[in-house]
Amino acid sequence: MPPIRTYHQLTDADRSGLPQQIGAQRRRVADRLAAVGRVIAVMSGKGGVGKSYVTAHLARALARSGRAVGVLDADLNGPTIPRLLEIEHSPLPTSQSGIEPATGADGVKSISMAMLLEDGAPLAFKGPSAESFVWRGAMEAAALRELLGDVAWGALDTLLLDLPPGMQRYIELCDILGAAPAVLTVTIPTAESRDAVRRAMRAAVEHGSPLLGIVENMVGPQFVGTAGDDLADEFAVPVLARIPWHPAPDTWNELGARL
Amino acid sequence: MKFLCVDCDRQMAFEERHLPGDGTLAATFKCPTCGRVVGLLTNPMETQLVSSLGVEIGGRTVPEQPLESVRKMVSTGRDDAFEEAPASNGAPAWSAEAQERLARVPNFVRGMVKRIYGDYAKERGIAEITPAVMDTARGELGLEGM
Repeated sequence: MPPIRTYHQLTDADRSGLPQQIGAQRRRVADRLAAVGRVIAVMSGKGGVGKSYVTAHLARALARSGRAVGVLDADLNGPTIPRLLEIEHSPLPTSQSGIEPATGADGVKSISMAMLLEDGAPLAFKGPSAESFVWRGAMEAAALRELLGDVAWGALDTLLLDLPPGMQRYIELCDILGAAPAVLTVTIPTAESRDAVRRAMRAAVEHGSPLLGIVENMVGPQFVGTAGDDLADEFAVPVLARIPWHPAPDTWNELGARL
Repeated sequence: MKFLCVDCDRQMAFEERHLPGDGTLAATFKCPTCGRVVGLLTNPMETQLVSSLGVEIGGRTVPEQPLESVRKMVSTGRDDAFEEAPASNGAPAWSAEAQERLARVPNFVRGMVKRIYGDYAKERGIAEITPAVMDTARGELGLEGM
């Protein structure tokens, strides 16, 4: 049998056009975000440090200062932003042009998987469950892409993305956006948090994300350590805020003003 | 993904996509020289993987809908997640039987399905959507489970 030609040697149009379909998805996101001044990923690499809490209160502070702000809850499996933004459920107006985001406290716009799921239900997908490990990641990435590209954010000064612990969602985000977003890092003072957050910050630097600075959360006698200062020194970024257990409103306003 | 008719040394052309409803996909490709047709059959896991990317073998048949993947694939979506915009003037009517059939579609995805059928009928000048129209559209557009 003679050698057969290879994929790249076949030059007729591929009607499936999968690369073109993927390209169209990327353009949809880019078009939607064209009216967004800046996208900031709030991340940590460590769970339980208060990323969502910081994201929501920062968004509110920015909104109180007169800016148009949106929050995309990218924690698809553990969404908490609606509660933090005091958003009561109501159906999201929908048309061919997109989904209207909900509006929460201080006028912050938001979208969250919590608005789409049955109360208390986990994010579950249809499909062959036996092999779900193969495609679940792709499905979550598709959901993130749609939350970015199909929500009618309108003109925003800032879109904050509340990322879950770990790096997977951040990497997906870089891929979907086609560029690494600016990153705001949240840690608590402990050495354990510092070590986990350091890895995330290194990954962010490697992907090309500008590091805006560090928010040290839960500062007080309960957690001992110097994670904020250590990371600030190591990455040459500022500690933008130290959030005590019971912060005053000014704490958030000052953080907003420093961003 | 491309198919080569080795005998003719010609790239085969995509013909049709079938979604039989059991989670699998079948696509046919035809050699433009000798007319030979071959079928690509994917198992449920492979089919799911392609769907998870939000792409369609053979190309898209309808414009991408807002939150399409989420609405098609999430099994725990709430019934009252979305409030669909009212149909525009000139939108096709729905027969009672078609409405009954549409009502069996989970609410989470129903608005999107209704819009797809509505656009299909409008583009073809169909004044009333009936179960027969839905069947035709489903076949032509490859709408599994809609």
